[in-house]
Amino acid sequence: METTIKFYQTDTFTVGNRLLSEAERSVQAGMQRTNALNSGHRACQGCGEALGARFAVDAAMRAAGNDLIACNATGCLEVFSTPYPESSWQLPWIHSLFGNTAAVATGVAAAQRVKGTKTRVLAQGGDGGTTDIGFGCLSGMFERNDDVLYICYDNEAYMNTGVQRSSATPPAARTATTVPVGQHPNGNVFGKGKSVPLIAMAHEIPYVATASVADLRDLEAKVTKAMSIHGARYIHIHVPCPLGWGADPAHTIKLARLAIESGLFPVFEAEHGEITGHRAIREQVPVEDYLKLQKRFAHLFRNPKQVEVIAQLQAIADRNIRRFKLLEKRGAAV
Amino acid sequence: MSTQIEKPFAITLDRNTSLANHTGSWRSKRPVYVDRLPPCNATCPAGENIQNWLFHAESGNYEAAWRSLTENNPLPAIMGRVCYHPCEGACNRGQLDAAVGINAVERFLGDEALKQGWAFAKPAVESGKRVLVVGSGPAGLSAAYHLRRMGHGVTIVEAETAAGGMMRYGIPRYRLPRQVLDAEVQRIVDMGVELRLDTRVDDVLAMQAAEGFDAVFLGIGAGIAKRAYIPAGDASHITDAVSVLHEVEDSQPLLGRKVVIYGGGNTAIDVARTAKRLGAEESIIVYRRTRDKMPAHDFEVKEALEEGVKLKWLSTITEAGEGNITIEKMALDAKGFPQPTGEFETLPADSVVLALGQNVEQTLLEHIPNLTMKWDSVQTDAVMMTSHDGVFAGGDMVAGSERTVTVAVGHGKKAARAIDAWLRGELYQPAPKHEPATFERLNTWYYADAEKTVRPVLDIIRRQSTFDEVVGGLDESNALFEARRCLSCGNCFECDNCYGVCPDSAVIKLGAGKRFAFNYDYCKGCGLCAEECPCGAIVVELEDK
Repeated sequence: METTIKFYQTDTFTVGNRLLSEAERSVQAGMQRTNALNSGHRACQGCGEALGARFAVDAAMRAAGNDLIACNATGCLEVFSTPYPESSWQLPWIHSLFGNTAAVATGVAAAQRVKGTKTRVLAQGGDGGTTDIGFGCLSGMFERNDDVLYICYDNEAYMNTGVQRSSATPPAARTATTVPVGQHPNGNVFGKGKSVPLIAMAHEIPYVATASVADLRDLEAKVTKAMSIHGARYIHIHVPCPLGWGADPAHTIKLARLAIESGLFPVFEAEHGEITGHRAIREQVPVEDYLKLQKRFAHLFRNPKQVEVIAQLQAIADRNIRRFKLLEKRGAAV
Repeated sequence: MSTQIEKPFAITLDRNTSLANHTGSWRSKRPVYVDRLPPCNATCPAGENIQNWLFHAESGNYEAAWRSLTENNPLPAIMGRVCYHPCEGACNRGQLDAAVGINAVERFLGDEALKQGWAFAKPAVESGKRVLVVGSGPAGLSAAYHLRRMGHGVTIVEAETAAGGMMRYGIPRYRLPRQVLDAEVQRIVDMGVELRLDTRVDDVLAMQAAEGFDAVFLGIGAGIAKRAYIPAGDASHITDAVSVLHEVEDSQPLLGRKVVIYGGGNTAIDVARTAKRLGAEESIIVYRRTRDKMPAHDFEVKEALEEGVKLKWLSTITEAGEGNITIEKMALDAKGFPQPTGEFETLPADSVVLALGQNVEQTLLEHIPNLTMKWDSVQTDAVMMTSHDGVFAGGDMVAGSERTVTVAVGHGKKAARAIDAWLRGELYQPAPKHEPATFERLNTWYYADAEKTVRPVLDIIRRQSTFDEVVGGLDESNALFEARRCLSCGNCFECDNCYGVCPDSAVIKLGAGKRFAFNYDYCKGCGLCAEECPCGAIVVELEDK
């Protein structure tokens, strides 16, 4: 006679919601959250990395009972948070070189072991410091299974030094070093770059996950899960960069959401080298919806519109959807 | 926050946290919290703050919800049954999946209040002023309630033997059970309102002078049935809808086995359904235009058809004889007006009920000198005052508004506020309204999809033969579910999104029920909070520098 569907005013898509019990609310909804990256940092307006870092480190702090040390590679996150003598960090924090933060974190973790303390260790860096410059140290940390959670904030280029291409820059994107020129301007070439999450999986470390600032609940759940495990763990967080992407600072979360919903950024998790869950697409959108909002892809929409290039990008999204079963609600972790 | 420690070599700055760096100085735009007028509230004829009472209902605090509701409308259990809920037609959720079942939740709250015995508070201070209310229909009851809340003495005079006006003598029991009506009237009387039944007033000014009332509110309704000339034989039985619906309150009117109802409004539907319940084998509505042109609400037509009521449109009655009527078929012209075709047909009919609209009774109005009228209705100004100083009016008798219970309740409230101001020698000024909360301002990503809870409909057979209530109510879990479908358009519902998504931690959470504030020392003006606010309660304004 009547249909009743389990339902809350906004379900759990929002950060908090007064209708949810305390346990169901996110770390970010709490008045007592650490604010690990405090106000006054010098990130640009609408910085996805600053947001992602606070989301992740606050969750890690809660999981570690506030007993946590962070190692930070050179990059935007380090520069905007710690212009001497200021620091935005609300936890013990050490800056390493661009390329060695995984190694430094290994050392910090070893020190804790020798000292017999329970202090947990976090390493973090941008995509440049992770997928390019720090990659050797990172791979070493993985294969030794050192007790470190490494978090990569992926904004898809070297933003701090002026938006140069990294091995995480998507095809067709304009950067300072992939300027679209000529009659059929294409930007970054297709068929290059790498997926560090998949490479991390190949090390068969206990836990690998991707996450996004557009899905806070998922991100917090993954950080919390990673913190419950010892050994090498890797979380790769998609963080839009308004400056480098040529986007409205207000669109940071919207862009991250469109990247997920189009399939361009697959959100999944893996344990010991095997995929164990994925976040299903909720409202699928064509990649164009995502691309159009960013000036780094503007050359695809000028006369003549680069229909074939856009189709190639759609093919990448479609492949992700197939590969990670992104349209399957069943078996979805989130 | 500065910590004084010995400075290392060549370092001159104090070691500090980044809080010393007021990044708010970068800002060229600033986010501001706003409240907007949701479409439900904007369209409610009774001026209910629907979103606010849903907000309380969402958390399961039904008494707070009911108290919020009754600040504007003292008759929620009645409303939840007879209101045509224009709010639901305007609901933004309708563009997402289906409108929130506001009316059903209102009924749940109204019934819950009756079950729990929640009462209205008596006024804290008596004003010493006395107001005479003529008519105990929805307009009069609403005016009396609001005036009493403001501390005025109120006397209602009612010509009938029971209170309620058209709610009792126009709306059938299957739509409004009488114990619900009686209980909601009693709750108003219990505030200290005097109710004089069986008291017909023809010269209201004389009564005002005799008893020393400071102001008068008229809510006498429109109870005179309009007639149309139909050539009829002596044996034909022609009556009108007003009489039938009035008679059925106290007795069983004899309409026969085949009943023809002439008209296309909600009253025609009410009579047709009533005739079925009185035992008519056939209950046929004859209407001169087409079904889509009927003024009756579609859901009522639908319910009537389900009960076996028949519709004969594009027809006029040209003659009524003994046991049958003659109808002429009509055709719509290019402008959509019905024109006679010259084709006739005979229908068996034991009685014909005219449901062609109602007029206002004039006796009382004729006793007030120089009253400005419009046709049979009274002309009022923007605050419901007639052309006679100190005499206010509302409901069906007033010119230029829809004749519904909810409109009448709204009139009563507005008039009460105007009377209160007038008694103090002031002119009532309604509070300015917020900007509308449009669908485009919502970020609907954050709302989950869900179907509207369907009110259980009584078994058709049972409905046909009795005057039991047709539309059932929600139970507690359903009502909660339905309330939680509210999008809270334009007003913060504390989802914590702004607090969570600020990259600069520049949103201060003030705690449950206190909402949020911006810390403009650090807000860089990126606008993420406004973009990700589900309900559109944040705007971004240019800094004026």
